Amino acid sequence: MTETLSAPAPLGSPPAHEVLLDVRDMKTHFKVLDGIVPAVDGVSFSLGRGQTLGIVGESGSGKSVTALTIMRLLDIPPAVIGAESEVWFDGREILHMPLDSMRRIRGKDMAMIFQEPLTSLNPVLSIGEQIGEQVRLHLKVSRHEARDRSIESLRSVGIPSPEARIKQFPHEMSGGMRQRVMIAMALSCEPKLLIADEPTTALDVTIQAQILELLKVIQQRTGSALLLITHDLGVVAEMVDHVVVMYAGQVVEQGTANEVMLEPKAPYTMGLLESIPTAEKRGGRLSVIKGVVPSPFHLPPACRFEPRCPYAWDLCHEVAPELYPVVGSGSGRRARCHLHQAAGESRRVAALELHADAMRVGRGLKEDPA
Amino acid sequence: MTAETPQSISPAGAPLLHVKGLKKHFPIHGGILKRQVATVYAVDGVDFDVFPGEVFSLVGESGCGKTTLGRSVLRLTEPTAGEVQFDGTDIIGLPVDELRRLRRQMQIIFQDPFGSLNPRMPISDIIGEGLLAQGLTDRKARDKKVEDALETVGLRREYTRRYPHEFSGGQRQRIGVARALALEPKFIVCDEPVSALDVSIQSQVLNLLLDLRRDFNLTYLFISHNLSVIQYFSDRVGVMYLGKIMEVGTVDDLYRNARHPYTIALLSAIPDPDPRRRQKRLVLKGDVPSPVAPPPGCRFSTRCWLREQLGNPERCTTEEPELRVISTGHRVACHFEDRITATTVADRVAAQSVIDTAIAAPV
Repeated sequence: MTETLSAPAPLGSPPAHEVLLDVRDMKTHFKVLDGIVPAVDGVSFSLGRGQTLGIVGESGSGKSVTALTIMRLLDIPPAVIGAESEVWFDGREILHMPLDSMRRIRGKDMAMIFQEPLTSLNPVLSIGEQIGEQVRLHLKVSRHEARDRSIESLRSVGIPSPEARIKQFPHEMSGGMRQRVMIAMALSCEPKLLIADEPTTALDVTIQAQILELLKVIQQRTGSALLLITHDLGVVAEMVDHVVVMYAGQVVEQGTANEVMLEPKAPYTMGLLESIPTAEKRGGRLSVIKGVVPSPFHLPPACRFEPRCPYAWDLCHEVAPELYPVVGSGSGRRARCHLHQAAGESRRVAALELHADAMRVGRGLKEDPA
Repeated sequence: MTAETPQSISPAGAPLLHVKGLKKHFPIHGGILKRQVATVYAVDGVDFDVFPGEVFSLVGESGCGKTTLGRSVLRLTEPTAGEVQFDGTDIIGLPVDELRRLRRQMQIIFQDPFGSLNPRMPISDIIGEGLLAQGLTDRKARDKKVEDALETVGLRREYTRRYPHEFSGGQRQRIGVARALALEPKFIVCDEPVSALDVSIQSQVLNLLLDLRRDFNLTYLFISHNLSVIQYFSDRVGVMYLGKIMEVGTVDDLYRNARHPYTIALLSAIPDPDPRRRQKRLVLKGDVPSPVAPPPGCRFSTRCWLREQLGNPERCTTEEPELRVISTGHRVACHFEDRITATTVADRVAAQSVIDTAIAAPV
């Protein structure tokens, strides 16, 4: 861990032009009293212009910290960013660039929608002032023009009579309406990348449907890329083309939404999908992932999922798996599991059969732990 | 290994819980004299039965009154009006000491595994408190029962001396289940028992609840906003909206043949983890109106897509629809339920704008 404090290494070269966001070996650790929390521990992925990518994981997987690191919204310290980590956005490295330059990108080319719109909007400023502030800062337009632009962006997200709404304050609006304001604000400067961190988790299901459909239409209309962070596998399947699955600070699987959701290859993703209640599983027990997510202070020595994995063998306890290419799949399809190496070949077929079984009926692979 | 199939239990005989015309109104006080200035119609006339051995679920969005309803049937909040019978005994008129005796058979599991366990009490006291209240004063006998309950929910007997903060969310929810079980109840109200948990932990708790139902012949009133969990877990379902039941039926009735425009929209809103089934949703306009001033006539009329499609018939806003039987066990509160055909929903989805959904139609 000490090397993270040494002088920055020379940067790699930028990715191809079609790649809007390229995250390379991102490490975000937190120094706390009890030690070091490796919240994000060597995460890499890329997102093309106008494309959609979902990062999915349970609490503590590091998905939100990944987004906050990209936006450079973390306090350093306690956060420590790996010296070798790089994030390329629109042809520039942003993780190590001066904060002044970052501020010109953030909110303009790269905008974020947060989970809880009530706490992320300023309660003492009117909606118009909040959107206008951002527009005037980034686009250097007059107050009057900023107002017109704010009204226009509110109208584009379906807020009725926006001329009157810009005078309102966040507490005067419902949860769904506030999330629309957040989206309008994020879109006001026509960003190239929209990062949405659990945008509908705090909302009721019918309002969630409104916001998701809205996001889809707007993403297609503006052509901005979307990085969606969620714990909800259903939302991922509905919204994005590519998926990255995170567990204990690492990427454990990646591929297209169809590949990951229909033919998962990492035991964690397999277990997660097996444990979702569905109509087909009625009448049987749900499969469970035994145990709990490991404490970040006592991570398992090799594979981080090994203590909970129904398919693990000696090797998984001894050698940490890399993100291996999945046998018989296209590029970009990867799983962090020894099953996808020569050593796991014989076990792979059996594991995939067990998974197919568990998806058909609810049948516990192993009993609940004590 | 496999649990008894939920479908195998059909409602027959006398209900274990009979609820009729149940209302719970909360007054809002204001002004200098703290006079009552308004009323929250949280639960406003609800009828349903829960039969022995079944899982009856209530589903609805926040503010629809499902939690208040769950608490009212146990008299944890005193209902404003209506009738609640448990196993043939009228609960509403029962004196407090008799109610306490009956409570032994009716327990509740709460949503928040962090807020519902007293952080200053060891597990033995948290689980044993109910036993003490029921007159089990012998410490040794009580501890034995506490340990048994812990073991039943898959926790170690030694955990009795520990405190809530030493446990994970899933384990705490197991402690909540053990607390309810220690009294050997017949009936448990499960109020959003898995909503605060991650998916992988959620399935552990759902399995536990199914096992316990089989092993102890339990009956559940299961309250949730998660339609997928309800479909998996329940035998029969009631859909609530603004303090009323809009539709009630078996899981098959509701999930395969929903007849209320609100139920149809709710089901359409569930994000499906299978990307092959990606489809355009039927999106409702606006938010749930305030329960302080529910719309006149049908409470769903302000957001109803069917009403809009039928050219806003007057009846929807002047006459409150009854919960009518449309087939055995399947009841719907909608005047125009028979106007929904196989293509109605698809037509609506094709015609709707997904941008202009922020506010509901004016009444």
